[in-house]
Amino acid sequence: MLKGLVHQVKIIWTQIVSLWLVFLHLFHKADTVEYPEVKPHTFPRWRGRIILTRDPDGEERCVACNLCAVACPVDCIALQKTEDEDGRWYPEFFRINFSRCIMCGFCEEACPTHAIQLTPDFEMAEYVRQDMVWEKEHMLIDGTGKYHDYNFYRVAGKAIGGKDKGEARNELPPTDRRSLLP
Amino acid sequence: MVKITVDGKVLEVDENNNLLEEVLSHGEDLPYFCWHPSMGSVGSCRQCAVIEYADDEDTRGRLNMACMTSPRDGARYSIEKAAQFRAQAIESIMINHPHDCPVCEEGGECHLQDMTVMSGHNYRRYDGKKKTHTNQYLGPFIGHEMNRCITCYRCVRYYKDYAGGTDFGPQASHDNTYFGRWQEGPLESEFSGNLAEVCPTGVFTDKPFSKHYVRKWDLQTAPSICASCSVGCNTNPGERYGTLRRVVNRFNDEVNGYFICDRGRFGTGYVNSDERIIVSMTRDSRDDNPVLASPEEARTSLHSMMGAIGIGSPRASLEANFALRELVGPDNFYAGVSSAELGMYKQILDIYRTKPVKVARIKDIEASDAVVILGEDVTNTAARLALAMRQSVKNEGRKMARDMKFPDWHDAAIRQLAMDCKSPLFILSPYATRLDDVAAQVHIASAEESAKIGYAIATAIDGNAPGVTGLSKESQALVKTIAEALKGAEQPLIVSGTGSMSPALINAAANIATALSDGEKKANLALVVPEANSLGLAMLMEESDRALEQAFACEETHAIVLENDLYRRAPSADVDAFINKMEGLAVLDSMKHKTGEAANLVLASGTFAETSGTFVNYETRAQHFYSVFKPVDSIQSSVKWLSDKPLAEVTADCAKEIEGCAAIVGLTPGADFTVAGMRVPRQQHRYSGRTAMRADVDVHEPKQEQDEDGIMSYSMEGVPATRDSTVFNTAWSGGWNSNQSVFKFQSHTGGPLKQAGHGICLIENIASEKTYNEFEKAESAKGDYQVFPLYHLFGSDELTAKTPAIQEKATSGYIALNEADVAKLGLQASDGVAVENNGSVPYIVRSSIQPGTVGVSVGLEGLNFRNLPGAVSLQKAEGWTSPGSWNAANIIISDKSVAAEGETA
Ligand code: SF4
Ligand code: SF4
Ligand code: SF4
Ligand code: SF4
Ligand code: FES
Repeated sequence: MLKGLVHQVKIIWTQIVSLWLVFLHLFHKADTVEYPEVKPHTFPRWRGRIILTRDPDGEERCVACNLCAVACPVDCIALQKTEDEDGRWYPEFFRINFSRCIMCGFCEEACPTHAIQLTPDFEMAEYVRQDMVWEKEHMLIDGTGKYHDYNFYRVAGKAIGGKDKGEARNELPPTDRRSLLP
Repeated sequence: MVKITVDGKVLEVDENNNLLEEVLSHGEDLPYFCWHPSMGSVGSCRQCAVIEYADDEDTRGRLNMACMTSPRDGARYSIEKAAQFRAQAIESIMINHPHDCPVCEEGGECHLQDMTVMSGHNYRRYDGKKKTHTNQYLGPFIGHEMNRCITCYRCVRYYKDYAGGTDFGPQASHDNTYFGRWQEGPLESEFSGNLAEVCPTGVFTDKPFSKHYVRKWDLQTAPSICASCSVGCNTNPGERYGTLRRVVNRFNDEVNGYFICDRGRFGTGYVNSDERIIVSMTRDSRDDNPVLASPEEARTSLHSMMGAIGIGSPRASLEANFALRELVGPDNFYAGVSSAELGMYKQILDIYRTKPVKVARIKDIEASDAVVILGEDVTNTAARLALAMRQSVKNEGRKMARDMKFPDWHDAAIRQLAMDCKSPLFILSPYATRLDDVAAQVHIASAEESAKIGYAIATAIDGNAPGVTGLSKESQALVKTIAEALKGAEQPLIVSGTGSMSPALINAAANIATALSDGEKKANLALVVPEANSLGLAMLMEESDRALEQAFACEETHAIVLENDLYRRAPSADVDAFINKMEGLAVLDSMKHKTGEAANLVLASGTFAETSGTFVNYETRAQHFYSVFKPVDSIQSSVKWLSDKPLAEVTADCAKEIEGCAAIVGLTPGADFTVAGMRVPRQQHRYSGRTAMRADVDVHEPKQEQDEDGIMSYSMEGVPATRDSTVFNTAWSGGWNSNQSVFKFQSHTGGPLKQAGHGICLIENIASEKTYNEFEKAESAKGDYQVFPLYHLFGSDELTAKTPAIQEKATSGYIALNEADVAKLGLQASDGVAVENNGSVPYIVRSSIQPGTVGVSVGLEGLNFRNLPGAVSLQKAEGWTSPGSWNAANIIISDKSVAAEGETA
């Protein structure tokens, strides 16, 4: 009998404490922000909406190597390689189905050219699911994104327009195949 | 067999193989570059290093290249202890290697990537300057990116030593070494495509594939059979986004081994062509415009064609032909070839059945030590066999090496030893062929004369064989030489075929092989037929001689034509007359052609890549091909158009109904075959983009396409071939992403596949009685110039000729003449020649051709060989201009003395 009474008092007491604490919160600084009027701070390496970037020369960075696509655990990247008349590889189409993307960032890690990057932008909700399928023209930005200097084609050995054999970083001029001299 | 110890493990190995092959056979991973199972060892790349210990006391051991080591009985070896050396070796190999993997077609299936990772060289330390090279234009088939070379010399050993190419080689020296042509230009070899698979890096790549490139793991693949000639090479075509992307070799030790020809590899672009029939069309009369028919409507119209005759095709599968035969009834089924041709196919089947000969597999051809070719231009009609014959002449060198106790794999040593010593190869042909450079003797003769010589050879070997009379002194001497060579050989081989269109020649070949048979010992005989399923069609015609001539003469008013352009099979006038007579003409095909244009009903059929079925090759080997991908719904397989039954049932019916075909049910593991409860996936476990590839159309993913034929699925769900490779659709194994991984599927390195079948020969030759055919003199045609056919690997085949890359290597129809005849006709370089029964065509001069004969191209645009009589009159064409597709430079021959106009076009 007594035990039951003590238990009842305890219950009422904890409720009073809770109410009191809630009341005190009226005088605290708010933790939540008034989204969407107030935007939260997201860090540069936040894994949000995906972009395709350009190299320092302003050319499309993506070389259509397919590594992001194969790294993607939900297989939501599809693309097709094509090539310009000077031999530069680039994607004919590049599609991400964001309704599948889990923002894991594996694609960015796999990318050998720094083309694909995740950004702090997380506002990606849509009313129609079909609108979450993004093509290259929706993702390709005009800048270099987070990585300013890297220019894959200046390092690679493949010749492209404006960079012939022997003109990449750390390359000697092409050898003379008709010579037997060292 | 000897016992050796490798890192503490006791292995039983074959001392005739090298240590590298043997450790690989035992499942060890030992990196290598320069060794190739078909080409042996030269020990140049230093990647396969192992430590060999002198005896049990030896703790230091010495470094040896496994590929250059014969396993010693009781010896101790270590792969592990040489790891550091291998890592250093690959680091130096990689010093000049460009930073190209993301933009390299080899990436993801690169032997160099695999070996670098396997050797443990993970980070680049060298920061100095890299050597660079310029590239060459090597034609429409092969791309060139010399920077990626690691100087393993495999390309040269393949292209020059193995395939006999003369326009390619190493240049410069040491660090500057360059592999290419003496000057830019298309590679001449008909087997250049194998460079892409032989080169362990991305120097040589498949150019048409690169144009619409995707990674290996993104290709949907299935085991297929090349549909482009009668050899039936095994292939793995790959599809992505609904188009066929490329074809690679699929190993089959009984057929193509590691190599296929360029027609097979690069000739499938027609599958994606604009000339595909993608919807069915119908119309009441031929004057109406065709209207679209839904698959149901088309099917109903087809099945309501009561009393129609059926015309089959040597390029359609056995099942498709059988289904048509079932639909129209055996009495109304006609082979879609001329009766002369059907006669020859049946003649060949008869020879295989009743003569004491061994039907030569490619393996047997390679092992032959004396060869006679009777009037077959094998390089152009069954290319893979020509590559095998090139290997056969090396047996003399191997014999010499064996006498000196050299092992067979010791490639460089054997080549040094043999120098120019070759096993004899004799060629009888109306013109110089591409094998002449390895021939002991080439005799230019008409089919008739070659047949006579053939008969005489048989008589010279076995007096019981019927003789011939009227041979010239020169021919008699030749007969003697050839007979001696064949008699002296351990494994003689006779090659002929339908190429010369001469039954006498085929009989002559059979006679020689018969004469050579001696109890258990039988001579090899290979008889080439024109198409992928020529002999399969012939098997269906066992009890009937109905060919095109009979079809044209029949009373019926309705006809169903299966995958066949009749205008390529018979004189145009005859086909015209037949078509005009028909009230209803249904054509099932994958490509638009003239016969289809005249039809009332056209049904869109799938190509080899979209359907499954069986082809019967030149040795009567039945092989099953699986569809690679599912076409759009309006396209269906011919079997499905023609029959209500599923494929497996049609196959079973055919096996039951047709004599000699019983074995074809055993070609697949059965429609209900599963691995771990799942069908065999056509897509690899790394297949990417599954949830995005169709998302532009609809974000909701559809159900995976189903394959009604069973066994395989159009999906990545299932167990990759590594665990159960009964259906071997792509070579991949952990750590071995390139095609080199095939050894993981072989019972021993270079040997047969462990699980996958290699086809079944429908005729098991057991004849032992020697019977001979009598020489029958064919009526020689009357006219100024005796006609003989000229074939082109690139262009003569109907379907592959519709592929852009092949068109770049092909030319339009032409004739070939001797200089004397050119002078007689008063032809100038820029003139054309008016051919009797045909329009005017360009000509080339070939010094090897005999005066009074004319070579006429087969299957090339602008000239219908079937229109011509056996002998024609020729005239200088007035006011003639060469057609745009005429390209004499693409005719690669050794005896072109004067180039006609268009050489530079
Ligand atoms: S973030 Fe992850 S899930 Fe999204 S596209 Fe990249 S790899 Fe795929
Ligand atoms: S990994 Fe980078 S370069 Fe390669 S396809 Fe993806 S975005 Fe393009
Ligand atoms: S081109 Fe390829 S096959 Fe030839 S030497 Fe170089 S790496 Fe080897
Ligand atoms: S030899 Fe014949 S079967 Fe083999 S790849 Fe060439 S065309 Fe195809
Ligand atoms: S594979 Fe043995 S040295 Fe190259």
